[in-house]
Amino acid sequence: MSNFVVSATPHVRSKESIQSIMRDVLIALAPATVAGIYFFGIRALLLVVISIASAVVFEYLYQKMMKKRITISDLSAAVTGLLLAMNMPVAAPLWMPIVGSAFAIIIAKQLFGGLGQNFINPALAARAFLLASYPTAMTSWTTPGNFGVDAVATATPLAGLKGGFLTPTSADMVNALTGNVPGCIGETCAIALILGGIYLIMKHVISWRIPVIYIATVFILTALIGRNGVRLPLYELFIGGLMLGAFFMATDYASSPVTPKGQIIMGLGCGLLTTLIRIYGGYPEGVSYSILIMNLCVPLIDRYTQPKIFGAPEVKKA
Amino acid sequence: MQALTFKRGVHPPDGKALSAEQPIKVILPKENSELFFPMSQHIGAPCEPLVAVGDYVKVGQKIAESPAFMSSPIFSSISGEVVDIRPMLVPGGATVKAIVVKNDGKMVEVEGLNQVHDYTTMTNEEILACIKEAGVVGLGGAGFPTHVKLAPPKDQVIDYILINAAECEPYLTTDYRIMLEESDKVVRGLQVMLKLHPNAKGVIGIEMNKPKAIEAMTKACEGIPNITVQPLVTKFPQGSEKHLIYAITKREVKSGQLPSSAGCIVDNVDTVVAIERALFRGRPLMRRIVTLTGGGVKNPGNYKIRLGMTFRDIVELAGGFKEDNPPVKLIAGGPMMGPTMFTLDVATVKTSSALLCLTEEEAYIPPESNCIRCGKCVDHCPMALMPFMLNQFALRGEGDNFVKHHGLDCIECGSCSYECPAKRQLAQSIRATKKIEAGKKAAAAAKARAEAEAAKKAAEANK
Repeated sequence: MSNFVVSATPHVRSKESIQSIMRDVLIALAPATVAGIYFFGIRALLLVVISIASAVVFEYLYQKMMKKRITISDLSAAVTGLLLAMNMPVAAPLWMPIVGSAFAIIIAKQLFGGLGQNFINPALAARAFLLASYPTAMTSWTTPGNFGVDAVATATPLAGLKGGFLTPTSADMVNALTGNVPGCIGETCAIALILGGIYLIMKHVISWRIPVIYIATVFILTALIGRNGVRLPLYELFIGGLMLGAFFMATDYASSPVTPKGQIIMGLGCGLLTTLIRIYGGYPEGVSYSILIMNLCVPLIDRYTQPKIFGAPEVKKA
Repeated sequence: MQALTFKRGVHPPDGKALSAEQPIKVILPKENSELFFPMSQHIGAPCEPLVAVGDYVKVGQKIAESPAFMSSPIFSSISGEVVDIRPMLVPGGATVKAIVVKNDGKMVEVEGLNQVHDYTTMTNEEILACIKEAGVVGLGGAGFPTHVKLAPPKDQVIDYILINAAECEPYLTTDYRIMLEESDKVVRGLQVMLKLHPNAKGVIGIEMNKPKAIEAMTKACEGIPNITVQPLVTKFPQGSEKHLIYAITKREVKSGQLPSSAGCIVDNVDTVVAIERALFRGRPLMRRIVTLTGGGVKNPGNYKIRLGMTFRDIVELAGGFKEDNPPVKLIAGGPMMGPTMFTLDVATVKTSSALLCLTEEEAYIPPESNCIRCGKCVDHCPMALMPFMLNQFALRGEGDNFVKHHGLDCIECGSCSYECPAKRQLAQSIRATKKIEAGKKAAAAAKARAEAEAAKKAAEANK
């Protein structure tokens, strides 16, 4: 009798799976999502639901049509959908997350080979696509609490800083931390995002390197350069999409470096570009473009930052 | 004492509770059962039989050897008639020529066995000869002839003799039991080794998950100035030679080099006991301790077996498999690096440390999916390689890139596959490509040698 299974080593595997990682990301995003819904109302929830559902449906349809294995149960499409919704203003039309999800899932992700093969962050690519195609709808900010379409149009704190008509007070600082400021649904509550980020680092889902170095770089550069003669580096950390971008977007596995040194370069690069765009660029906010630009550098970064192997022969200098 | 370790590595569930507290139990082969003595149980030249079919052999009789230096003789572990010399399966899947002896159950010992040596009055050459003549090889898994290891090139000064008692493979408990039950023998064997290298320090490295073993060994070493016990962090692959050396001495064995190049000799606990038996009791290597474990066996435990028994003999004598939950996978060794076997009719050899019998549930390997570039394989690779990248090179058949990115330095520990959330067969693809590329390298070297020789001959002919 010889009906025993023969297979290659190792014969045990860790419990962690793609699904468990993506579930952790969803858990980490939950506090910020809840805060977004609290400040921007039921319409925010509607956008989130539409966005997640359409991302999952597009992934399912594409894989079905292309006769590929259906992988929606790995939850990666749900994460993309949620991130996209968090990157939208609450006043965005309800069809917009559908268009964005289609772009994120089909063009940015599946056409390049699906999960793990996308060279840029799908949610950010979709955001950039929407911003370029529907600039007015994507930048119609509303004050928190003024729910829905009746909302009063207003400017984000970053635009205020840029235009020089905002001189933040300590009350503004508290609002920035709690999320009581105009902005995208998921980006305003800095505390919730930091909590989520810490959760991911504790669970070893992401490394501390990209987010910590990214945020630190923005802090230092903003403190050094200042704007309009005012230096408010701490305040600038908590407004705009920095926390969301640093913890959840720049750390996207497929489009960030895998080497420890590469992750440090990624953090530095994102921080530098974000600060430059914020202070000198045409846009008030530079998080998404800085991450997208750094995404394009990742293959190069990974190539030149490979770790020195254990027991590497000493390099003989000529 | 501060527990030491290496960088990176993984923490698989250790599974040792099944057999750790089971004392070593002797099991002897049944009368009239056949024992198999494969000619190659070590790294180096295979042996040739010294006996023929029909001969009567006794316990401790040398039945095969090779004139090569890099080899190790083989001894009969029972008495009986040589009934055949035929190919036999060994763990790892190869078939090797083996001497088949039918056990007469009398255990008649060969003359001159049990001759006690006083190592303190012997020269180093005599000690090494004694170790060689006892057939001692590295019992931890590789089977490197011990007399070769203990005699490194003259220009390499040995500062440390490290006893590898990490036992980092999940489920295995043989080294643990030996340290608890035969701690004095371990110390005596190590003293013999230190006699060969009097300026070296003896360090016994034990993982922190074996506090009783640390205690027992510390007690056994009391009052011996040149032997210490070093606790190690429980982490796989702590027992990898290069990583044990790094943990204890902070020295890196360079790519392609042996431990002696870093001034170290590393031997497994059971190997040291084999040395002790050879010198203090004049008995060659005829037995070893095997952990029989896994969810599929009735009586998991540590069994002292006679070499040459088949795994089937061991399972039967130890009470068999569970009827209600039989194993579906047989592993000769631990779950991280042990090869699977398709049958129980495989001969045990000097390096067989365990038979792990996994049930269907324990043996489940989830299907592969896309690499998500999470970088966990990079974070955990003890050699600091980039397994996901090597995997891509392997799948695309890009051998040159594979070698350029140090694929040949992989120690095949399987940490990458263990950690991978996409459940990719990283270690498998890397191992396969390593074989292909190492073969190409060897072929190229052989071709260069042949061409050089042909050119030399042609030059001579032209003279």
